[in-house]
Amino acid sequence: MTASTAPPSAPLLAIRGLSKAFLGVQALDGVDFTLRHGEIHALLGENGAGKSTLIKTLTGVYQRDNGTVALEGREIAPRGVEEAQRLHIGTVYQEVNLLPNLSVAENLFLGRQPMRWGLVDRGAMRRRARAVLQPYGLSVDVTAPLGRFSVATQQIIAIARAVDMSAKVLILDEPTASLDAQEVAVLFKVMRTLRSRGIGIVFVTHFLDQVYEVCDSITVLRNGRLVGERRTADLPRLDLVAMMLGRELEAAAHRIDLGPAEVDSRPPLASFKGFGKARSVEPFDLDIRPGEVVALAGLLGSGRTETVRLVFGMDRADRGEATVDGRAVRLKGPRDAVRLGFGFCPEDRKKEGIVGELSVRENIILALQARQGWLKPIPRRRQEEIADRFIRLLDIRTPDAERPIQLLSGGNQQKALLARWLATEPRLLILDEPTRGIDVGAHAEIIRLIERLCADGMALLVVSSELEEIVAYSRRVVVLRDRRHVAELRGGEVSVERIVAAIASETPNVAGSGAEVRQ
Amino acid sequence: MSRKWVISAATAAAALFIGLGAVQAADKKLVVGFSQIGSESGWRAAETKTAKAEADKRGIDLKISDAQQKQENQIKAVRSFVAQGVDAIFIAPVVATGWDSVLKEAKEAKIPVVLLDRQIETKDQSLYMTAVTSDTVHEGRVAGEWLAKQTGGKCAVVELQGTVGSSPAINRKKGFDEIVAKNPGMKIVRTQSGDFTRAKGKEVMESFIKAENGGKGICAVYAHNDDMAVGAIQAIKEAGLKPGKDILVVSIDGVPDIFKAMAEGEANATVELTPNMAGPAYDALIAFKKDGKAPPKWIQTESALFTPDTAKAEYERRKDAY
Amino acid sequence: MTLSAPGPARNLPQYGALIAVLLANWLLFPDFFAIRLQDGRLFGSLIDVLNRGAPVALLAVGMTMVIATRGVDLSVGAVMAISGAIAATMTGAGWSLPAVLAASLAAGLLCGLWNGVLVAVLRIQPIIATLILMVAGRGIAQLVTEGQIVTFTSPALAFIGSGSFLTVPMPVVLTIVVLAVTALLVRATALGLMIEAVGVNRLSSAGAGVNTPVVLVAVYVWCGLCAAVAGLIVTADIRGADANNAGLWLELDAILAVVVGGTSLLGGRFGLVLSVVGALIIQAMNTGILLSGFKPEFNLIVKAGVLLVVLLLQSPTLTLFLPRPKGARPIGTVKPPVAPTSGGAKP
Ligand SMILES: Nc1ncnc2c1ncn2[C@@H]1O[C@H](COP(=O)(O)OP(=O)(O)OP(=O)(O)O)[C@@H](O)[C@H]1O
Ligand SMILES: [Mg+2]
Repeated sequence: MTASTAPPSAPLLAIRGLSKAFLGVQALDGVDFTLRHGEIHALLGENGAGKSTLIKTLTGVYQRDNGTVALEGREIAPRGVEEAQRLHIGTVYQEVNLLPNLSVAENLFLGRQPMRWGLVDRGAMRRRARAVLQPYGLSVDVTAPLGRFSVATQQIIAIARAVDMSAKVLILDEPTASLDAQEVAVLFKVMRTLRSRGIGIVFVTHFLDQVYEVCDSITVLRNGRLVGERRTADLPRLDLVAMMLGRELEAAAHRIDLGPAEVDSRPPLASFKGFGKARSVEPFDLDIRPGEVVALAGLLGSGRTETVRLVFGMDRADRGEATVDGRAVRLKGPRDAVRLGFGFCPEDRKKEGIVGELSVRENIILALQARQGWLKPIPRRRQEEIADRFIRLLDIRTPDAERPIQLLSGGNQQKALLARWLATEPRLLILDEPTRGIDVGAHAEIIRLIERLCADGMALLVVSSELEEIVAYSRRVVVLRDRRHVAELRGGEVSVERIVAAIASETPNVAGSGAEVRQ
Repeated sequence: MSRKWVISAATAAAALFIGLGAVQAADKKLVVGFSQIGSESGWRAAETKTAKAEADKRGIDLKISDAQQKQENQIKAVRSFVAQGVDAIFIAPVVATGWDSVLKEAKEAKIPVVLLDRQIETKDQSLYMTAVTSDTVHEGRVAGEWLAKQTGGKCAVVELQGTVGSSPAINRKKGFDEIVAKNPGMKIVRTQSGDFTRAKGKEVMESFIKAENGGKGICAVYAHNDDMAVGAIQAIKEAGLKPGKDILVVSIDGVPDIFKAMAEGEANATVELTPNMAGPAYDALIAFKKDGKAPPKWIQTESALFTPDTAKAEYERRKDAY
Repeated sequence: MTLSAPGPARNLPQYGALIAVLLANWLLFPDFFAIRLQDGRLFGSLIDVLNRGAPVALLAVGMTMVIATRGVDLSVGAVMAISGAIAATMTGAGWSLPAVLAASLAAGLLCGLWNGVLVAVLRIQPIIATLILMVAGRGIAQLVTEGQIVTFTSPALAFIGSGSFLTVPMPVVLTIVVLAVTALLVRATALGLMIEAVGVNRLSSAGAGVNTPVVLVAVYVWCGLCAAVAGLIVTADIRGADANNAGLWLELDAILAVVVGGTSLLGGRFGLVLSVVGALIIQAMNTGILLSGFKPEFNLIVKAGVLLVVLLLQSPTLTLFLPRPKGARPIGTVKPPVAPTSGGAKP
């Protein structure tokens, strides 16, 4: 810990009047932000409020138009990530930006490799990599390429890297979006330790529970402007939401009327028997009925994502069969799934979801167009109508539909992806962490939308780490452990406690077990 | 390099080969290994074909290895010829440098080496017995002299050069320039590279015609090879002029197509670069084997000039060799 | 990063460069724009630029779409040689023109199919996959011609190279036709969108149900066809197939034309017409150098210098320092006409 020479009154980080405009958008407009020694400070706001932009402008990814930044009373103007690192500001950006081809250890020490005799000391690097990851309970092969690991694991590695570098300030932009409860707890422990050492932490999240759990103070942005700064203890939840939205949140997500708990006798829309893939997920049985919401719960790496990828054909099942409307179907790839009326929002939105350089409009109509085939182009006028409708419906914050999607804020990209599938009017929509990075307001909107679509007969298969969310809208929950479907909870059985119990219990349960003998 | 040194080196080499010749049985069929560059041009293919035909004529067993434009392949080929214990090795070297060590191996095995059609750069002239090549400067001279005579020493020439920096292009320009310098009425009005290809020859000629007042200012085109001349002939025709009359066409190589053009009156002269490089090499080798007489270090092939009167017959004679 | 916002300002460097090069030619050679009729065919230096630029322009049309998928096709020069070799040899053997054309184009199609399968199905990196045919293709062409320049006299085939349609030289006519057909094919259907989507993010596109293998194979096949047409033109032009030299290094000119035309090698947005403009810029320089009477030793240096300027004009870092055209700055939510370029916009 570097001893601070500045007068004790000077805050650790003082941002004054920070402004940043992109063509067509004033992303930040005269924002003040103060971070003190030894505090965890939440930076909150709706999607597109300017949180990520504030962080990137502060760390020199973007050059600011106006304003000052002072670190311990001294003005700084880093011109790039590296310079910020040299000032002891460690950052985890919203989109993990490590190098998938390099090993975990190389990623951890990129640009600051331990050297010996002018060469990278690989042995020392491996040892230190293991040490750095140890507090997170992550025991991975540090010589394996990073790209081989799940988004969550990569996220933890990015956090570990930033923590290891941040002697003064640690900035975390939605680090918990892909983590499960247990990992979040570990992260919070690390954050508290750092806080006790006097380090200041900026924490961006859309999970209000987490804000109240670890944060000391809160700064809220709206439309690029500062709404205000409060002590967490002095700010009731409802007031916080009102600050973020600029209005009261009407009827927060309520429990959907799910009907009776008894077994549904209607024929399933899609049914999977003994479906599985070696080294990915054990064979499982799964029925999905029209209008039903089925959730997959379980720890990270329990096979949730693997299950939905098989269902959509992103990965190819090597055993079992799938039927849709009672007819056997092949799922060799996403194209088959799309033709059957499936839709899929993947976990890794940047890598497998958005087509960054194309416009919001093109991203929204892409799946619909792909299903129609290239010979039947959707007329431009119709494309615009579709795009505009969903931009309004999902409140996608963008100056216009022609903006490249990569320029949208993370949450708004997620909404555009959802729009892509809704535009195809899918019969079965598969969502892997659907509300990741989506703000409270939009969250409620999306759940209401899902509810309406299900009422119209659309089925939904959701992977989520947020158990409350699952309980709020699921009629049936499949619990996974160790790449195996271990339990299924129906109707009235669905509750956070039961899910947690199923995740933790040792006895293998019904689902999937029948399939194992079948092959 | 001093003349004396060359001579002493040559005698040293000769002494070495005399010893070698004595060991060899005289009546055995000669085996020659030939490392050819490849088949990148019609002329190159003709050279290979002629080498085979000339070998058959003399009862020589010829082994050809195609290097596909790579020196490393040529080095490999020479090594394998050495291992097979051939009587002589012919090399058409793809580049000029980097031959010393492999030629030393041949020398140690007492196998004479003959360079065909291109020279190499080496300090140790004893590494090869002789080189059979044409004199490319002389070719340029022959073409220039013919043009000077034909036009009475008064002519505005446009020149189609070969690939920039290649030695035939440099030398064929040099020889021609010597003649131009001697004739005050002769002038090279434009010169550009046509890369030795038909397509480029045509493109460059098109622009020359435009640049020189629709071709009215051009008396003759001198092309460093026949292919460019054939391209130029088409450009002249497409500009509404008569090649061979409005604009004279003189070039070098003597490939069949230029004889055809001459027979049709569209070209005026070509200087032959004979594809028969192997023939003189065989003769030198046989003489050397017989009485141990070392040939001169450089066997220069003839640069004969051909004109339309014999074109038809020459075309018939050649079209199968190519 | 090319964050393409469609608009006139984006094309400015290309058209500007073309006009500048043409004007420079005119200064060097006052008769540059003079055009007359010669044997019922337009004749003049400007026509030479179009006529000689045709093969590279054709290659660039096919190459643009390949590059838009984040690929590259190094084999186009060799494919030209193959198609030319087949055309000349078959014509020499007495086949009729339709048969000759069909066979040559089929050869181009097959070559494209080969490349496409390597890239799309076997997932070999495009630069390696097409390198195979770049090397082997010339060998194939040499096999067809047996290492010689195969000449022919058929006026029917020669017409493709040196004939004219309504006074316009055939190579120019063919280029315009191929460009128009291609543009129609990609812009009047959804193919253009899919090509761009696959180029930007193959995984995401596949996930959205785009048939990525078919899109990839299609662009390589089309590229092979364009190369075959270019090969026919070059062969017909010199009335002979020169397997060693036909199309030699033209793949590099084609790639350059595409890049000068503003399509990024990283894939995504593409502009067919701009690539053709790029090809014309290159040819206008070549013709200008020939007319200028510079020593041939300077050709490559002059060319490299001009290209550097054109590419610099497109550089995102540099455009930041250039004054924006008046009115280009967007107000409120108006569509931004200039590509937004913020230094390192990706974190
Ligand atoms: N590089 C860029 N170019 C143009 N506009 C941008 C760029 N980056 C961000 N924006 C715009 O700036 C605004 C603020 O975006 P920012 O990413 O800061 O939002 P955020 O608060 O982090 O949202 P989220 O919660 O969704 O991550 C958005 O309207 C976005 O479209
Ligand atoms: Mg953000």
